[in-house]
Amino acid sequence: MREFDAIVIGGGLVGAAIAYGLVRAGLKPALIDEGDVAFRASRGNFGLVWVQSKGLGAPHYQRWTRASADAWPALAAELLARTGIAVGHERPGGLHLCLGDEELAARAAMMQRLQAESGNFGFEYEMLDRAAVAELLPGIGPAVSGASFTRYDGHVNSLALLHALHKGFVAGGGTYLPNRTVGYAGVAPHEFVIGSGEDRIAAPKIVLAAGLGNAELAPLFGLSAPVRPQRGQILVTERAGRVLAMPTTTVRQTLEGGIMIGDSQEDVGFDTGQRPAVMAAMAQRAARSFPWLAELQVVRAWAALRVMPPDGVPIYDQSEAFPGAFTANCHSGVTLAGAHALLFAPMVAAGALDPALAPFSARRFDVHDAA
Amino acid sequence: MTAELAVVGAGPAGMAAAVLAAELGLAVTVLDEQDLPGGQIYRAVERAAPDSPLGEDYLAGRDLVAAFRASGAAYLPGAAVWHIDPDGTVSFGRDGRGGALRARHILLAAGALERPVPIPGWTLPGVMTAGAAQILLKSADLVPEGRTVLAGQGPLLYLVAAQLAAAGAPPAALLDTAPAGNRRAAARLAGAALAGWRSLARGLRLLAAPGLAGIPLRRGVRGLRAVGRGRVEAVAWDGGELACDLLLLHEGVIPDTQIGRALQLAHAWDAAQWCWRPVLDEWGGTSLANVSVAGDGGGIAGAAAAVLSGRLAALAAAHRLGRIDAAERDRRAAPIRAALARERAFRPFLEALTRPPPSVLAPPQDDVIVCRCEEVTAGMIRRAARLGAQGPNQAKAFTRCGMGPCQGRLCGPVVAALMAETLGRPIAEIGAYRPRAPYKPVTVAMLAELAG
Amino acid sequence: MFTTRRDAAAATVAVTVEGRTVLVPHGASAAAALLVAGIGATRDTPVSGAPRAPYCLMGVCFDCLAEIDGVPNRQSCMVAVRPGMRIARQRGRRRAGPA
Repeated sequence: MREFDAIVIGGGLVGAAIAYGLVRAGLKPALIDEGDVAFRASRGNFGLVWVQSKGLGAPHYQRWTRASADAWPALAAELLARTGIAVGHERPGGLHLCLGDEELAARAAMMQRLQAESGNFGFEYEMLDRAAVAELLPGIGPAVSGASFTRYDGHVNSLALLHALHKGFVAGGGTYLPNRTVGYAGVAPHEFVIGSGEDRIAAPKIVLAAGLGNAELAPLFGLSAPVRPQRGQILVTERAGRVLAMPTTTVRQTLEGGIMIGDSQEDVGFDTGQRPAVMAAMAQRAARSFPWLAELQVVRAWAALRVMPPDGVPIYDQSEAFPGAFTANCHSGVTLAGAHALLFAPMVAAGALDPALAPFSARRFDVHDAA
Repeated sequence: MTAELAVVGAGPAGMAAAVLAAELGLAVTVLDEQDLPGGQIYRAVERAAPDSPLGEDYLAGRDLVAAFRASGAAYLPGAAVWHIDPDGTVSFGRDGRGGALRARHILLAAGALERPVPIPGWTLPGVMTAGAAQILLKSADLVPEGRTVLAGQGPLLYLVAAQLAAAGAPPAALLDTAPAGNRRAAARLAGAALAGWRSLARGLRLLAAPGLAGIPLRRGVRGLRAVGRGRVEAVAWDGGELACDLLLLHEGVIPDTQIGRALQLAHAWDAAQWCWRPVLDEWGGTSLANVSVAGDGGGIAGAAAAVLSGRLAALAAAHRLGRIDAAERDRRAAPIRAALARERAFRPFLEALTRPPPSVLAPPQDDVIVCRCEEVTAGMIRRAARLGAQGPNQAKAFTRCGMGPCQGRLCGPVVAALMAETLGRPIAEIGAYRPRAPYKPVTVAMLAELAG
Repeated sequence: MFTTRRDAAAATVAVTVEGRTVLVPHGASAAAALLVAGIGATRDTPVSGAPRAPYCLMGVCFDCLAEIDGVPNRQSCMVAVRPGMRIARQRGRRRAGPA
């Protein structure tokens, strides 16, 4: 049996960021991961480091997201220095395009609410009319009525991020254990033993970051992670010269030149199949936003499962029954990587989550049940 | 648009399946990317001159193409399939417009591709596959100018050499890379091969082709590399070098499993052919009840076997769709199976004889590009495996291999072999890419149009 | 790099390759026309600008990407020549954006 300072279950963006953060905090953790074929939301996401849409009705989530976005440049610089991998983080601000007047009005109302809810923390945004959008983005379509803009938004190469986190983790003394599922779990306060096949590893701290797998794992540790899959599909075009200097929620251009088109939500269970009808709808909205996109070829597309808590807000928790056990669940593993590596992981290393994270506990769902 | 049977690919397997299925009364639609039927092996055979330098076996395809044209099957040339739904909907692009065909049964007959030959310099202009030269001869009567060297092994290499010679453009040299051990391994299987004596005879005729006589041949060639600045200028190997203007590589053919993998059909590693192929029952049935595979896409066995497996798949589809009962299906299948067994008898011998050298599967040099599209080298793949990537999909996440336009068609086998070597595990365990739609690029406009 | 077989019918389809007129046989692909034109590299990759030319000619490798009649990144091996077709080298990333 091998002993570690901490065990992180899940090698996706959430687990890898936390594991990297633990190494950064001086721990020698083990990172348990599945194999080559797994759901892996990390391999399916859009790459936005996005603030402006987060936390309507949950201002703590907007604050946490902002903190993460603010921590992001430091994370990117550190990863470059430690691993040589440039994750391509850019923070030019971001736009959410609206088509037609109704969408624009609804968006304006939402942004106003976010600002009102933010209280003293503040939330700065601008509602741009069509002309203002046209100055920022070339060739917008006639249907574009305007956009919401915040300076907090950016984007990154999420696969480069995953690579860098893994490399930084291993380089910092972490032990990566792939091709494992949790077959056995021995659970006691500050004493956790995880078995996969013949293998046993032990640690006084454990973090459940297994994405959709957390739903089943969490109860073993006195935790609750009622996450469900939400399918999203993405299209990527052939590489083009740089056109879009600023990301939008549904169209962004990568540094390699491909233009990514999202954003869809489907409730189909654990099905990662693609649907032409959904791809068509995304393509149509993209072409209405930027008519010049129409002639580009889509060379790649995929579908992946978001890890979706019931209210869309992350679930962070520490176990009361089994102190030392923590869990992290969210559908924004890219955006929150800054927070996970630089804020959450140190809390785990110190042994307790900051009280500021209390609103993210799964206990919030019990309140609803009780009512 | 609907059909009872949709056939993807108008090569020998697809055409033969369509002919028989139409005969049995099924509504058949055949989709093929190319403008003319024939697949690669019978490419453009309708336009061939009777004295074509490509030879009798090629010209024999004319009958099948004619039968296909007359079969009554609907034929959509220039149709690139970009998605197949397990519910039987085939989405395709044709002349820039999108289309969809709803079929009760789908037969994948997409054939094979040449195994990638990742030697140093293989991405230089002027380095092509032997099959590419053959395609130019078939489709446009074009021959190489200047010094052409053929390198690799296998029947196609010799066939192309003979065809180029017959066309008045004999290659300057033929470098055979078959490892010395192949002949010994093959000799052990020679007895069983005799059941497929027709194939053997074809092979011997080929080796004795008059055009081959004058071509310098070197055997046991190792350490092959293409050399040049901006384009190939020479081919080098351990102990030799030759100036050349065109280098044609060939190390055998492997099934095209792209669509099958996208459909997540069960696949198995074929240790004899050193490739992945779909797991098929005796009718070409796959792990999806409404999808079958016929021809080289199910395992390399050649054109004659492709025709036979196409017919078996047609019988099975006709039975599944209620046109014929099991007794008639089996009665018709019996002679086809006997012929197929004879065709396949020769394969183990041939496979042992032409087993690629390990360097073709996993190039030893770290700086060789293995993913041509994204320019990912063998060294980068090895490093990804050492970092913890357990298979091609994670290697893809770490290195971008397989993310280019070809979607891993060319690099898949090599990436898997490199990872197997680095991780010390059998390649069968390493697995393959999971490709997705679009199987071929489609424009944003074409997709948007589908939304109405 | 390639030329019409001596016993074959004369090449009659006139296309332009990088502005130069080239005669190719009926049935040739645009990739074949590039090879007949003998320009060496037919594209520069969008990743590193490395020189490439057609490799497989059967639609698998995508190294034959070229600009055909003003449309970039077309698989030239899958496009049959037509009289007057304009074929050009694919230089790195394609252009995109409003006209």
